[in-house]
Amino acid sequence: MTDGTAGRRLHRLERPALAGVLYREIVNFSSYWRSATFSSTVEPTIYLLAFGFGFGSLVSRVGGYDYVEFVGTGTVATAVLFSSVFPAMFSTFVKFRFQRTYDAILAAPVDTEELVTAEALWIGMRAGVYGCAPLLVAIAFGLDPRPQMIAVPFIGFVAGYGWAGFGITVAATMKSIDNFSYVISAVITPLFLVAGTFFPITGLPEWAQHLAQLNPLYHTVQLVRHAAFGFELGSDLVHWGVLLVFGLITWRVAIWRMTARLVM
Amino acid sequence: MAREPEIAIRMRGVTKRFGPITAVDGLDLDVPGGTCVGLLGPNGAGKSTTMKMLTAQAIADEGRLEVLGYSLPRESKQARAECGVVPQLDNLDTTLTVEQNLYVFAWLYRLGRGERGPAVERALEIANLNARRDTRVDELSGGMRRRLLIARALVHRPRLVLLDEPTVGLDPQVRQELWALIDSLRTEGVSILMSTHYIEEAERLADTVTIMAEGRAVVTGRPTDLVAEHAGSEVLEVYGPPARLAEVEQTAVAGGLRTRRTGTSVAVVGIEEANGFSHDGARRPANLEDVFVLLTGEDIE
Repeated sequence: MTDGTAGRRLHRLERPALAGVLYREIVNFSSYWRSATFSSTVEPTIYLLAFGFGFGSLVSRVGGYDYVEFVGTGTVATAVLFSSVFPAMFSTFVKFRFQRTYDAILAAPVDTEELVTAEALWIGMRAGVYGCAPLLVAIAFGLDPRPQMIAVPFIGFVAGYGWAGFGITVAATMKSIDNFSYVISAVITPLFLVAGTFFPITGLPEWAQHLAQLNPLYHTVQLVRHAAFGFELGSDLVHWGVLLVFGLITWRVAIWRMTARLVM
Repeated sequence: MAREPEIAIRMRGVTKRFGPITAVDGLDLDVPGGTCVGLLGPNGAGKSTTMKMLTAQAIADEGRLEVLGYSLPRESKQARAECGVVPQLDNLDTTLTVEQNLYVFAWLYRLGRGERGPAVERALEIANLNARRDTRVDELSGGMRRRLLIARALVHRPRLVLLDEPTVGLDPQVRQELWALIDSLRTEGVSILMSTHYIEEAERLADTVTIMAEGRAVVTGRPTDLVAEHAGSEVLEVYGPPARLAEVEQTAVAGGLRTRRTGTSVAVVGIEEANGFSHDGARRPANLEDVFVLLTGEDIE
């Protein structure tokens, strides 16, 4: 007999339901954390080293920053993106399609809204942590640590939450896992390149600069860079605003798409 | 303790359509508290859809559904908190151990901090998986995985258990084990709704059987009553070449008896009431399968 639930109307987004789904993720994580941590941290670090030192030998300063530091802060956003959108797409698809995990969870007192929210929270938290890896590498290569950098995991969490919602939406919408390559080639890769990670977007044509304003990754890059080199109140409020709106929209859309997929 | 409803499940005129297909068509179904009801039907009869509607993983287009006194789909979450579900398809976390799988469900079913440990121990005990508690699920045999699926559904001491084809695809010995497990639940007073397409399973475990075909409940009753009412007490099974079988059928129909073909034989139903039926064959007691085929016109397995 479960305590306290009998005879009581249950509400939306209940903490015990979120805790249950999170607990499942945490226990599962204990069985695959090595590979997840490896791919989420090593890849951005390679980008950082390759661009920072390869390209950095040609250009020493970019956008007013030392190039290694410029790329080091930029790849934080890359790490956040990679460690959120890919697990959200692939493992969500595997969980509801092949392992039928979500069928099992929804048979318990958990709604799709709670399920999707907890999954996005979990992915967001992971992204917040993994996002720090390139920053630490950059610090090891000479970036000065600053107290404001404590904001980086939070920036990573908010951005990762949004990308998680995006990825869950893709997983719930696509009929086959093969179709993910359309999303990766047509959406993720362009967003990844036009975000001011490796070069400032000011060098791009004007239309591309406007488009970059809509790119959540660009706003993540800006926030991380400002955390490392000094916040700019006005523009940073806009960056936070964009990330929060991005998270809000993808969260609701993910719930909507997942409900359509899971409840007949 | 919540109010103990006299009816664990009540469905009235429940209909579920998928595009042009009507999977469940005006279904009425009752599961009285503390009983085991078997939902018997061939593949495609609407059994799984019915099960899905009881956890609000499918939403009925029409009709009323009540589970443990809660009205669905609005109060489905409360109902699910007090139900255990054993799905037809294995959805265990395969990279976790037996014990970890049970702990996950102790959390999902909102057991308190001090309750989880004892609940997991109890579930391990019920499923006889104590020795395997640290084994990863992908290293378990099929039968053990099934037992774990059942144990997982019992971790929070549900008042109602939904079993969707609990022994499908298992070998006979494992099936016997699971039957004993399900039977022990019934003894404890847990209400059970079990869908199956194994006649023997329904006969063995169910207090009441509802035969479903094409989304409807064709007949409901105790297995023995259904057999007595619809198939009499004895059946004559006549084997032979097709010409002989046709002849037997003709004689039977002329004498007002019902028959059914079972592969290489003809079964003449209600033979005890026939006078001077001249054909030789093997007499056997009538069973639920005879009832099923006579009422639905379909073979079950």
